[in-house]
Amino acid sequence: MSNAPVDKGRRRFLTVATSVVGGAGAVGVAVPFIASWNPSAKAKNAGAPVEVNIRKAEPGQLIRVKWRGKPVWVVRRTPEMLDGLSKIEDNLRDPNSEEPQQPPYAQNKYRSIKEEFFVAVGICTHLGCSPSYLPSGMGEHVEGVESGFFCPCHGSKFDIAGRVFESVPAPLNLVVPPHYFVDENTILVGEDKGQA
Amino acid sequence: MFKRFVEWMDARIPMTKTWNIHLAQYPAPKNFNMWYVFGFLATIVLINQILTGVWLTMNYVPSAEGAFASVEYIMRDVEYGWLLRYMHSTGASAFFVVVYLHMFRGMMYGSYQKPRELIWLFGMFIFLVLMAEAFMGYLLPWGQMSYWGAQVIISLFGAIPVIGDDLTLWIRGDYVISGATLNRFFALHVIALPLVLVILVFLHIVALHEVGSNNPDGVDTKKPKGTVPDEEKPKFKFHERFTSKKDIVDSIPFFPYYIIKDMFGFGVFLFVFCYVIFFNPEMGGFFLEPPNFEPANPLKTPEYIAPVWYFTPFYAILRAVPDKLFGVILMFAAIVFLALLPWIDRGKVRSIRFRSVLHKLNLTVFAISFIVLGYLGTQPATPVATIFAQIFTFLYFAFFGLLWFYSKREKTKPVPERVTSK
Repeated sequence: MSNAPVDKGRRRFLTVATSVVGGAGAVGVAVPFIASWNPSAKAKNAGAPVEVNIRKAEPGQLIRVKWRGKPVWVVRRTPEMLDGLSKIEDNLRDPNSEEPQQPPYAQNKYRSIKEEFFVAVGICTHLGCSPSYLPSGMGEHVEGVESGFFCPCHGSKFDIAGRVFESVPAPLNLVVPPHYFVDENTILVGEDKGQA
Repeated sequence: MFKRFVEWMDARIPMTKTWNIHLAQYPAPKNFNMWYVFGFLATIVLINQILTGVWLTMNYVPSAEGAFASVEYIMRDVEYGWLLRYMHSTGASAFFVVVYLHMFRGMMYGSYQKPRELIWLFGMFIFLVLMAEAFMGYLLPWGQMSYWGAQVIISLFGAIPVIGDDLTLWIRGDYVISGATLNRFFALHVIALPLVLVILVFLHIVALHEVGSNNPDGVDTKKPKGTVPDEEKPKFKFHERFTSKKDIVDSIPFFPYYIIKDMFGFGVFLFVFCYVIFFNPEMGGFFLEPPNFEPANPLKTPEYIAPVWYFTPFYAILRAVPDKLFGVILMFAAIVFLALLPWIDRGKVRSIRFRSVLHKLNLTVFAISFIVLGYLGTQPATPVATIFAQIFTFLYFAFFGLLWFYSKREKTKPVPERVTSK
């Protein structure tokens, strides 16, 4: 063994270099541990967006699909239904959809991208029952309203744009899920346009 | 024979030495009162939780399909399964009872003050891990309240700007609370967090034994070396680790004297604990909530969601704030302020016995606020209840603000040189 003087500069360089490499290794090792908490391929698959074919939808018809375990409705609304929307705004809790119950592109009078097609999660915002669709005969529950949704569990009422009426248990409008039109005849539910 | 065994061991591991340093020759102030039993009780409850917990895992099935049924199986078909489960569920509530009292003891007698800041901090981390442990454990029976309670708590993280939604997705491991969430909570609840908890408890005690216990008078029982005449020193043998650096006064060995006192406290505790286990395991819906006797149903929210009683003070603070993000911040701040107590309290006098009337009043109001908030957290948020929650949330935080303000120049009583009990 020689008693050569210690080269402090070299020693520091080696210490720092070892620490940096070791640190990078530690970060690398952390990746699988953290990433394994993300939804698995199976969960992602079950939560994947669903395509809805609307080519054959008649005016007034409701198509029901399942997305992430929840019922999603696509309603092709008639012009009469759309005309009725502006007449009842005094009776609604949130007529202008100010609560964040819909994506920005559905925050309009019709709560939809195209006026005709209303897409909503068919779960009452009160306690999670699924309301009934009344294409006609809503007048029984709300005077002067022809069509809407009525929840049989606790009597919450929504208009044909899913807006909740005053003095019912449900506090919020029905949720409009992210969705977009792939083409004329297809809606993709579960994804915003241009999302990965 | 036994002597030779001890010698054989001592040559290989510091067995007798550790026993002496931490028990038989460990000096503890002689004036402890019953408030000093809760640390011991917390240790007992921790052992109870670990033991019954391990036994419960032997029959519990951690899956969304099997969890609820397996808990019912434990309750009905496994021999003494009902007892093991009630010991575990009652133990969870008992843990918080003794820990809250233990913390309040520290606040009354200034046990967090210099030089015991680190003990207090370790204690606060224990409290945090305990809350995480209780929350995750509550999901495991997979009842309605398990499910929807977890839904509410996890969605709190969604209030964090930008990363909130991705964070909740990452915590759940699915788009809704599902089997994936249940399994990871199970893993954390039965192994990861208990390990952390035991390590923290170890550090809590190591730090305590380094500086020594505080006492109800808050006066030091370790005087500078050479300042105490021999006839005033206690007639007990303390380990030289303590006597070589300081002169010990007004102290007795932890073993057997305080072990005996703690055993008495343990007996009283067992009376109450056994009453709950055998006669009132649900404790009127406070220890086990009625909706949890229904299996989790992701499509139906219970009429009214409330956390278990030990979270309700913080839940009431959360609900008192109309803004979601600010509510979450304030709820966590309620715990952070508590952790910073050693630095918020700028006073030099530890015990409430010698502190100002203002301080006594302030601490009383704090304790009342905590209890009232706890009550309000169990009740539906009516407009009147919300206003009360806001008032008591204000009082809760006012404690820290006032304390910081007056503690610097507090009018205190003269503190005696030695402890006041004979």
